[in-house]
Amino acid sequence: MHELPQQLANGLILGAMYGLIAIGYTMVYGIVQLINFAHGEIFMVGGFGALTVYLILPAGFSLGAAIPLMILGGIVVSVAVATAAERFAYRPLRSAPRLAPLITAIGLSIVLQQLVWQFYPDAKKDHPFPQFKGEAISLFGANIQPGGIFLLIAAPVSMIILGFFVNKTRTGRGMQATAQDPDTAKLMGINTDRIIVTAFAIGAAFAAVAAVGYGLHNGQVGFRMGFILGLKAFTAAVLGGIGNIYGAMLGGLVLGVAEALATGYMADVPGMELFGGGSWKDVWAFALLIIVLLVRPQGLLGERVADRA
Amino acid sequence: MTALLEVEDLRVAYGKIEAVKGISFTVEEGQVVTLIGTNGAGKTTTLRTLSGLLKPSGGSIRFNGKPLDGIPAHKIVALGLAHSPEGRHIFPRLTITENLQLGAFLRSDKEGIAKDIQRAYDLFPILGERRKQAAGTLSGGEQQMLAMGRALMSQPKLLMLDEPSMGLSPIMMQKIMETIVELRAGGTTILLVEQNAQAALSLADQGHVMEIGKIVLSGTGQHLLHDESVRKAYLGED
Repeated sequence: MHELPQQLANGLILGAMYGLIAIGYTMVYGIVQLINFAHGEIFMVGGFGALTVYLILPAGFSLGAAIPLMILGGIVVSVAVATAAERFAYRPLRSAPRLAPLITAIGLSIVLQQLVWQFYPDAKKDHPFPQFKGEAISLFGANIQPGGIFLLIAAPVSMIILGFFVNKTRTGRGMQATAQDPDTAKLMGINTDRIIVTAFAIGAAFAAVAAVGYGLHNGQVGFRMGFILGLKAFTAAVLGGIGNIYGAMLGGLVLGVAEALATGYMADVPGMELFGGGSWKDVWAFALLIIVLLVRPQGLLGERVADRA
Repeated sequence: MTALLEVEDLRVAYGKIEAVKGISFTVEEGQVVTLIGTNGAGKTTTLRTLSGLLKPSGGSIRFNGKPLDGIPAHKIVALGLAHSPEGRHIFPRLTITENLQLGAFLRSDKEGIAKDIQRAYDLFPILGERRKQAAGTLSGGEQQMLAMGRALMSQPKLLMLDEPSMGLSPIMMQKIMETIVELRAGGTTILLVEQNAQAALSLADQGHVMEIGKIVLSGTGQHLLHDESVRKAYLGED
């Protein structure tokens, strides 16, 4: 058990990224009951948006100074794509059967991947992303790279801002009302179309922040990066209780830590020698989802469905 | 003088099925007007169309002199038309105070809102006692009080109440009806939809009897209350 702090740190970094992406799934689901399967690609285009900002900045700009601009660029691109998707792909289908927007989301996901692959320069294979040079920081016996630090700071800061927004602002209150009863929200004078767009935009902004963290942490971005990460983040959202923003972050962290621990220690469990190492981590992640859903179908922090009626 | 609400030849359809088949009525300022009738007569559909949740397939609605065609629901509230929906539809996971605040979503006068919340607590003391409780934990009658209080928070010119007595105990129902009388005395104009014809007619200035999408009989509340066919059909007399 000599590497426990390191495994935990790796798990929390991964989990912070899952959680940030999961917010987008959970907010959109909470308000329009749509699983936006294109959200992984919203995350991906945010990474390319941030990269583009870095590439067009004049030489001599330090990465530290560029980061805020890169985050902003990523957010602009992700939010633009997400709100356009809402307006032109999902809104016309709002009263259609559930399956129609779901299939549209999957189609949109493929379209976005292919657009980046086709038209972004040199995006046919993974594209290098700038990384901080410098030593890893040692914390509680774990070595954490600067990219990891970014994610470990970004996740709680984003959650505090979101919690304040949802609970303390007028739009946030309107969002809660729309999630609980959309028709009655309209009777209160709430423009529910605008609330829905806002939910898509917030989810996209969080995904863009996660994408910058992904790039800094892994040193590259690629057109396929949103696919499996999107699935994992969706898993995190369900694990935490879909529709609950704190559940999304908690689900992300639990999933990330579980994956890291399984990767690090499963091989030490007698009889499980074959199932250790990184290649089995997705199996453990989804196995965890199944177990949680069997024991607690509403997810860790989820509301019982009966409350929604 | 024109009426506050003028409905003319209103038609509403769900797909090919017409639920409201051309009804006309008016509500004058200060009046209580009631629509009575059995389940499926089109009363709730009428209210949901007036508040913009459903689109009419024909006819016209004028409120305060202005046509409501094509105005989305969230803007109709701003014109002064509040709707307390059938089945109460309070926001279950928000507190009572938060529900009332949502009723004032379009207002920005903080002091006025605080005053009106207090007024709702004066009207329904039980709500004040439980103000920090999640609204979903209230009893049916308490939820109905909250729904009415919430609708009043927008300071409406016309308050539409859909089945406020539904599923309530006789005591609770009496309390709700007393409140309607109290509101009328305070000058609130009310459009009341009820299956409890006796209670609704005895406090209404005007009543309209609806049957499968049409108004079949209109008159003052007292007149309808004593009308033979109404007594037979809706008041359970032979």
